[in-house]
Amino acid sequence: MTGGYDIMIVGIGGQGTILASNILGGACLIEKRSVRGAETHGMAQRGGSVESHIRVDGRHGPLIAPGTADLLIGFDMLEALRYSHFLKDGGRMVVNHHMVIPTSVYVQKLPLPSEEEIISQLAGKDLCLIDADAIAREAGSPLSANVVMLGAASHHIPLAAESLLLAIQRLVPPNTVVINTKAFELGRLAGQTC
Amino acid sequence: MERRYLLGNEAIAHGCLESPVSFVSGYPGTPSSEVIEVLSSLPDRSYYAEWSVNEKVALENALAAAWCGVRALCTMKHVGLNVAADPLMTSAYTGVTGGLVIMSADDPYAHSSQNEQDSRMYAKFAQIPCLDPSTIQEAHDMVRDAFSLSEELGLPVLFRPTTRICHSKGDVELGPVLQNTRKGEFHRDPRQYVVIPAHTRILHRKLNEKQPKVRKRLGELGYNHAVVKGSRAIVASGIAASYVQEVIPDNVSFMKVGAFPVDDEWLADFIRIHEEVLVIEELAPVLEETVREVAGCVTVYGKKDGHAPYEGELSPAAVAGIMASCGFTPSRIFPDVSPVPDLPPRPPILCAGCMHRPVFYAIRKVFKDGIYPSDIGCYTLGLQLGAVDTTICMGASITVGSGMVHAGEEREIIATIGDSTFLHTGIQGLMNAVYNDARMTVVVLDNRITAMTGHQPNPTTGLTACGTPSAPVSIEAVCRACGVGFVETVDPYDMATLTTALKDAKERPGVKVIIARQHCVITARRAGIRRGRYLVDPETCTGCGICIAFGCPAIERHDEKASINELCSGCAVCAQLCPAGAIRKGGAR
Repeated sequence: MTGGYDIMIVGIGGQGTILASNILGGACLIEKRSVRGAETHGMAQRGGSVESHIRVDGRHGPLIAPGTADLLIGFDMLEALRYSHFLKDGGRMVVNHHMVIPTSVYVQKLPLPSEEEIISQLAGKDLCLIDADAIAREAGSPLSANVVMLGAASHHIPLAAESLLLAIQRLVPPNTVVINTKAFELGRLAGQTC
Repeated sequence: MERRYLLGNEAIAHGCLESPVSFVSGYPGTPSSEVIEVLSSLPDRSYYAEWSVNEKVALENALAAAWCGVRALCTMKHVGLNVAADPLMTSAYTGVTGGLVIMSADDPYAHSSQNEQDSRMYAKFAQIPCLDPSTIQEAHDMVRDAFSLSEELGLPVLFRPTTRICHSKGDVELGPVLQNTRKGEFHRDPRQYVVIPAHTRILHRKLNEKQPKVRKRLGELGYNHAVVKGSRAIVASGIAASYVQEVIPDNVSFMKVGAFPVDDEWLADFIRIHEEVLVIEELAPVLEETVREVAGCVTVYGKKDGHAPYEGELSPAAVAGIMASCGFTPSRIFPDVSPVPDLPPRPPILCAGCMHRPVFYAIRKVFKDGIYPSDIGCYTLGLQLGAVDTTICMGASITVGSGMVHAGEEREIIATIGDSTFLHTGIQGLMNAVYNDARMTVVVLDNRITAMTGHQPNPTTGLTACGTPSAPVSIEAVCRACGVGFVETVDPYDMATLTTALKDAKERPGVKVIIARQHCVITARRAGIRRGRYLVDPETCTGCGICIAFGCPAIERHDEKASINELCSGCAVCAQLCPAGAIRKGGAR
């Protein structure tokens, strides 16, 4: 309805959601398209739940409304479930098959849904589960999991893979360009089959 | 012209470079901090940049620079403006010759703040112009223009972005960076700069006389504009104007206000050709009150009649809801969805290996029935560990503690305060507590950095904002100079020594200070410090849960036994806590 394509990236502070959002923004600029984004900064980053909104072709505000996102990229299964209501009906979900257990579960003895329960709660969604950590290790560094996730989601993002790759190469540290290029390509391959 | 995808604060910093700015000062505070981080880290700077010790200091520095004829930027978060309010109010009287732009970043929804105050009220209070951007592009353009506006009017300009401007991103068109060529020079003029009563009465009259020109010039700037489309109108300011544009139908008129105070006549002309007007803005009803003053018999909807909220932040969906509640049909309908219930929360938490955690743990052990006033920093998260009883504003741990003592509270008072906060406004409270003989213990959590806002250097760090070495301030010497007799410095990773120091302090009269000093675990990692990781021997672990209760995110519980994950930074505190001796060094990092 907005004419744009709205992407949520969710995870845990420190997992590289901000770099992923910068890559998407950079790719929009390469294609000379407008873009808006919003993200979590400050203390909330200390291991807390974080969300980035990226609106490809966005022209007004940066916020994506619940129930309207076209794509949700989850770096953690629990966080993907926490923000799953942001996805529109029929929206795509690309999620890392990995869950970091919140410390609150141990300290306050809170109940935690199992991976199987999370998957069944997401049953109605167009879900693609990716073992991004394993693929990132294969690419050469566990730190490239965020780029693996972008690769896996890239089939649904209305930006050319070449633009995303060029943005990655411009934005990651120079000594990790080779690893991140491989991470994107392996992630893209994995995203093709789910 | 260059187009880049930038964080709002990066775009604001770039606008300053285009002006160009000559002098930059500020105190870190979310969501304002990245502006100085960008400006202080650029190579080949043609301007001066500093992190000041607090906002009042920062503003007085910047005001002096503007008195010397150079363009000065002073940044802070909204609550920092309270600290700087004293110079702010009178700076409008003295005026400036160089442009002075005061950036006060507001935080609707209090994402990382202690309140939701509205800086636009300060601009009104001080009778200075206020620029309120609705997009990142506008934030960039406004701050660039604000310097010349300030010079033209001879007044400081308040620039007021909000979290969703500062920490949003967008494609921004940038202009060329200019080199600062100005050099400050003070021209003595006591009638302007010495605000004794005889001078200030005249300065106040002159400030009032400037106001019509202020309104006129702000109207001409182009940040306030309107389109007439029907008998109904929406008037909006700030980021909320962007949300309105997303949901406003074609037959509703729209006015966007980005510069305050608004020209009354222009506003009245617009309002009076409509039958109904809805005002959309975050926080205080600043724009709404102005609209109501000129509305006559036009129906006005907003906060004051209960249609819009006073608190929290808006969004396109929230704006659509407000519109619907007063009979305006939004162009977009939003689905009514809610989050999956009962998921375990994942709030921000002190890092694995954070020096604050053992301090709070030891305080709770030694001062079981104590009262724990605390302060503003990462360590406010000590709330989760049951070791933070009060937080109100910067520096108020020691003062709240001494106030309780003199009110008659007989339990032990243990105040915690970080290094940067201690230097910000903690010292005065300490001096006062000693002077008035409060019996209390103060623990300075000294990690040598302003961590919470993104690791800005401070006078304990040994570096300036621009990375130049500086002599680190001695917190010990400051405390002794305030008259504290008991000043002990301990390594918080050494539980035995930390506990002994707290017990010693407990036995003594008067004000006692313990300085718990250890590098922030994040800056230590960045500096290349690697300690070996620890692990739990499952055979020896009795599953007592003591290490779990310590609350470190590196410690997990599986099948009633503890285990340590890859977040472990090797601080070794849990190994000292384990009564079974089941935690030992193992594995490389």
